[in-house]
Parts: sequence; structure tokens; C-alpha cells
Amino acid sequence: MLDKNGIAKRIAKEVQDGYYVNLGIGIPTLVANYVRDDIEVEFQSENGVLGMGPFPFEGEEDADIINAGKQTITTLPGASFFDSAMSFGMIRGQHVDLTILGAMEVSENGDIANWKIPGKMVKGMGGAMDLVASAENIIVAMMHTNRAGASKLLKTCSLPLTGVGCVKKIVTNMAVIEVTPKGFKLLERAPGVSVEAIKDATEGELIVEGDIPEMKL
Amino acid sequence: MINKKVANITEALEGVSDNMTFMFGGFGLSGIPENAIAHLVKRNVKGLTCISNNAGVDDFGLGLLLHQKQIKKMVSSYVGENDEFERQMLSGELDVELIPQGTLAERCRAAQAGFPAIYTPAGYGTEVAEGKETREFNGKMYVLEHAFKADFAFVKAWKGDTAGNLIFKGTARNFNPVMCGAAKITVAEVEELVPVGALDPNQIHVPGIFVQRIFEGEKYEKRIEQLTVRQKA
Repeated sequence: MLDKNGIAKRIAKEVQDGYYVNLGIGIPTLVANYVRDDIEVEFQSENGVLGMGPFPFEGEEDADIINAGKQTITTLPGASFFDSAMSFGMIRGQHVDLTILGAMEVSENGDIANWKIPGKMVKGMGGAMDLVASAENIIVAMMHTNRAGASKLLKTCSLPLTGVGCVKKIVTNMAVIEVTPKGFKLLERAPGVSVEAIKDATEGELIVEGDIPEMKL
Repeated sequence: MINKKVANITEALEGVSDNMTFMFGGFGLSGIPENAIAHLVKRNVKGLTCISNNAGVDDFGLGLLLHQKQIKKMVSSYVGENDEFERQMLSGELDVELIPQGTLAERCRAAQAGFPAIYTPAGYGTEVAEGKETREFNGKMYVLEHAFKADFAFVKAWKGDTAGNLIFKGTARNFNPVMCGAAKITVAEVEELVPVGALDPNQIHVPGIFVQRIFEGEKYEKRIEQLTVRQKA
């Protein structure tokens, strides 16, 4: 079973040379820490920066330079700033190669719910609906089950949707799963996790074909 | 050059009254029109509809207007960091319209650029699209979203000149440029107001035609919402 950093480490292997990548808040943010340093990648933050760097050194923070999580950041040489319309133009216009975001629920057909729990959490969708509606390549980073132990990979989502039929791949603490027209297809197991355990933790239809390799991290 | 400079904050906000619709630039607390907000608190205009990506925090930004119950309705994409906001929303005192962030930006830009509405894929198949017109283009579904109509846009830039030309800094740019000219009157506040000719025309982010009033803010607190740093090795 992986921890959050393990999930981020596995997803980092999906990031390819020359990619522009948008990272969501939470586990996705950690992915930046594990991207190979022999490839060129630029991170976009939807509040208006391309070419995000690491957090600033203490005392060098600038209130005018933050990411979408409102955290103080730095920029790398070659970075650029732009307004919110242009930022979402990059996203809607499919200029961003890879979007990695968290989810509360994903369904067999690729629907995603990650913005609202009626009566409980009403923070808003931020840029998530724009991202999932437009991105060609969306990876969901999440735990396989919720705190109560219930599966987050469902036949149909129970929470209000963020987008329909958009998720292509899911990386959890237990598995790498591809969303296919026939349902969730198991691609890889986390170290030490059995196919049976993944089946038990997946409410939606899980397609298992042949031997399922263990993830290489 | 046409002079957009106003003498003081009172003149900058002349004409604001109860039940108006205002746009506020900013993302989180970055790039918010701090001085305009402070003066709106002082004027205590009520029944406001506020279009802003976020709703500030409990004791800063639009949170100050919420605290005095000046806001009737918020139109935002993310309102997470504000307990008073949540309390007013759950008790029904505050009407809230949550819309996708890119849609918020584009509804501003549409108002600025003279489009009555735009089609966006964001929110299709979700509760955001309920009751809205949808249409297929090239095999993909889109939702019709209308341009905003607002009385005032309050924006904040880094530098500006008396002709209303604006330059922004870092990610404090965010929604500010798309709100300029998207309301009947755009009020820009800047950290540094310079004479015409002092800014390089090649570097202007927003031309002065979109700005009706400009003034230099008295002070900027520029509060940081999430201070994240690394240690020097």
C-alpha cells in the first residue's frame, strides 16, 4: 500500500519530456517533487503562472507570487504571468498536456466528483470544472477508499459531479487503473497489494486481464 | 491624454449605492483592491451583489464586507477560507452562485469585449448547467453562459499612469485585466501612479480606455494567505 508521496511518485512517471502540466491541490502538488530531473516540464497554475518553481526561501516570499492553493511560490527562468482568461484559455484550448487532480469519487464511465458534499462542504469548484471538461489527459490522484473505508471507485458517483466521462487514469494507494469504455481496467498493483484486495476495495466493475504487475516506483 | 486621475478615494467611489453589482479583482488575497474595499466598508453600502473569484478571509478582503452584512449575493468560484461566509450561506442570509473559475473569467471578458454570451464545456452534465442552454459543436457539448452586467469594477494594479494605463505584477494580475471595462465604471487603484509618458507603451497590460478612474492606494497590506517557504541548506 502506498502513502500520499508514493502515489505522487508513481504519477510522476506519467510526466513526459516537453509536457505542460497543471497540478491540483493535495496529492497532485507532491508530484512536482518526483519528476525526473533529466526532462523539461513546465508547471501551470491556473491563477496565472507558467513555469512555477519551488517554495521561496524564508524571508524571500512575495505576496504577489502565489499558486492556485494561495501558497507563496517562486518562478523559474522562462516563466510567465498572465490573466485568468488567458490561463483558462490554455486549459480550455487544450494547450496543457496533463492535468492531475484529486477526487472524492470516480465512476466506471469516467465521471468525477470532487467539489461539493451537499449540506457539508460548500467551498466551490474553483477551476476543477474547466480542467476536467477540457483536458485530454486527466489523471486522478486519490486514496482508493474514503476515511470510512468505502470505495471511491464506483459504478456511479453519488456526489454532485464535477465533470462527465473525462477521467482516463486513476492512481490510488492500491492500484493504477485505466478508465475504459467497459469499466475500470486494472493495470498495476501497489507493492504488496493483491488483486483480490483491490477488487474488494473497488465498487465499480474491475476488469482484470492476465497477470497484473506490481508498480515500479 | 485624457486624465483619469481622481483626487481621493471618495471621488473614486462616487456613485456607489445600495443594491448595486460590483466586480472585484484578485485571487485569494492577492491583487485585491484593498483601498476600495476599505472605503466600501466605511460607506456601509448594503444589498451588494459581488462578483469575485473568492470571498476573502474572515478579517480581510471581501470578508470585511461580509462581516458588516453588506453583501446580499456572492458570485464566485471558490469560497473556502471564510467561516463567516459559510455561516451566512448556510443560514440563508447570503445568496451564493458558484461558477467555474474559467467561466467567471470569460463572463467578465465577454462583458468587456462586447459578447452577450459564450459557450464553454465547463460544467456540462453537472448542476452548474441546470436550466441553461446547451449545444453541440464538433461532437462535444457546451453550456451557454451570459456576460456579466455590473455597475462598478474595482481592480488593483501595480503601476498605472494618469491616462488609466495599467501594469500588473506577478500573479496579482489574475482577474483584474478581464474586469477592466466589464462594468459601467472601472475604478483602478495602483501602488504607484505615474505621469503619462513614464510607462513604456510596449509594457502596458490594460490600455486606459477600459479605466474610468484611477488613484494611488494609500497603503497596501498585501496579506499572505498561505506562507510556504523552504529552508536554506
